[in-house]
Amino acid sequence: MTTPDIKFSPRRIGAIVLRHLYLMRSSWPRVLEMIYWPTVQMVLWGFITLFLKGNSSYVAQASGILLSAVLLWDVLFRGQLGIALVFMEEMWSRNLGHLFVSPLRPYEMVISLILMSLIRTLIGIGGAALVAIPLFHYNMFDLGLPLIAFFLNLIIMGWAIGLTVAGIVLRYGLGAESVAWVAVFAIQPLCAIYYPVATLPGWLQPIAWSLPASHVFEGMRELLLQHTFNTTHLYWAMALNVIYLTAGIAAFLAYFRAARQRGLLLQIGE
Amino acid sequence: MSLSINENSVIEVHQLHKNFDQVNAVNGVSFSVQRGVTTALLGGNGAGKTTIIAMLLGLLLPSAGRITIFGEDMLQNRYRLLHRMNFSSPYVDLPQRLTVRQNLTVYGHLYRLPNLGERIRQLAVDLNLTELLDRRYGKLSAGQKTRVSLAKSLLNEPELLLLDEPTASLDPDTADAIRSHLEQYQQRTGASILLASHNMAEVERMSANIIMLRQGLVVDTGSPTELITRYQRNSMEEVFIAIARNHLPLTVAT
Repeated sequence: MTTPDIKFSPRRIGAIVLRHLYLMRSSWPRVLEMIYWPTVQMVLWGFITLFLKGNSSYVAQASGILLSAVLLWDVLFRGQLGIALVFMEEMWSRNLGHLFVSPLRPYEMVISLILMSLIRTLIGIGGAALVAIPLFHYNMFDLGLPLIAFFLNLIIMGWAIGLTVAGIVLRYGLGAESVAWVAVFAIQPLCAIYYPVATLPGWLQPIAWSLPASHVFEGMRELLLQHTFNTTHLYWAMALNVIYLTAGIAAFLAYFRAARQRGLLLQIGE
Repeated sequence: MSLSINENSVIEVHQLHKNFDQVNAVNGVSFSVQRGVTTALLGGNGAGKTTIIAMLLGLLLPSAGRITIFGEDMLQNRYRLLHRMNFSSPYVDLPQRLTVRQNLTVYGHLYRLPNLGERIRQLAVDLNLTELLDRRYGKLSAGQKTRVSLAKSLLNEPELLLLDEPTASLDPDTADAIRSHLEQYQQRTGASILLASHNMAEVERMSANIIMLRQGLVVDTGSPTELITRYQRNSMEEVFIAIARNHLPLTVAT
């Protein structure tokens, strides 16, 4: 019955994804939660847009600017949360001990978390984006191919933060799980979601430009207001994301090793 | 005080240490586990049993020492070795919302098993789980969960099975059925079992060798009969109490 060892197994990655798809299928509140908040946010900002269209020349220039910003921000947030929540599901179910006495590699776990985050984000943001079409006559997909570039750069940044958060929760226990909900909001004011980086004080601007999300949102505004797709912002976001994702994976693996040193994989709790 | 190390060993542990900050949980332990038999790891609470099992599985990194399993260094070849091993403990859960079949399917894929559906069906028959396959794991009784956990640990038909209190909190009938199944499995496959248990009747029944631990040290080893004779007691329960209270026979104490 013993199977030969291979260093990378799509089947093992698929097993973890399958485990979470089984969980989603058995729990409709989990699926509802994925769609609920992005939709509530979209509806709120949709009405704010309707109001501002008649009162703000900025919004009147491109009525989708706020809705695009809120939905794209949620890509980052949901991408991050998807990684952290899926990992915490394993901790809540006290299943990590069994998982890591199987031949599952930590990096296979990382890829599984990324795939599940992608699925969850597509469900959540996709649902909200579809609801926006009849409700506010706003079609996010009109952004065209740049939307794919925006989406990928934001979700990759979310993965980098999510992996770090998952590592922190593994290392410090479920008492630190609130980090998953609040971590990303520490950088939200610097991501230039609703206003340009130039709005920030001079000393904060270099920090903002070091975030891939700031380049995405600046690029989004250029696309909507000037109808040009600035590839410089895209390249900056991609280059920064290589660094961010590498750091996120390294952080998760380092925390995983620390958990093995401290015996935390068998003793998950607060 | 270590068992003799020979080529018939599946596990060889040499001078194993584990320190947590200022606490020495395992303090220079050496022992071996022989192929095809059950070896029990005994000791009171905090003696270091679970810590040692976690290190054998690679879940916990030793502070010092060497672990060799099937002749290979565990830390360097962990993933290759894990294909040939498995583990069950009532203290490590499976996902509660998944059904028994879903849980076994997920773990079967993790071990990349061929003919997974048939393997699950056979294990369900062997462990009397057929009626439970489509019930959620979280809805099962403690005894049923233990059987499912055992089924998970037998999925890959391991050559080495590590069991942490496999019959804890089970009624005598269920516990007996589990022991019988493990004995049959061992007879059929020649697997080696390392068992941590507080149930001395279970240990006497199943174990060919016993490793007695106290405060992170191996204090004695031998077969149940040898230990009972050496300590001049009537049962392993009495031997356990004698060791826990440091009432060692002169041959050991010196």
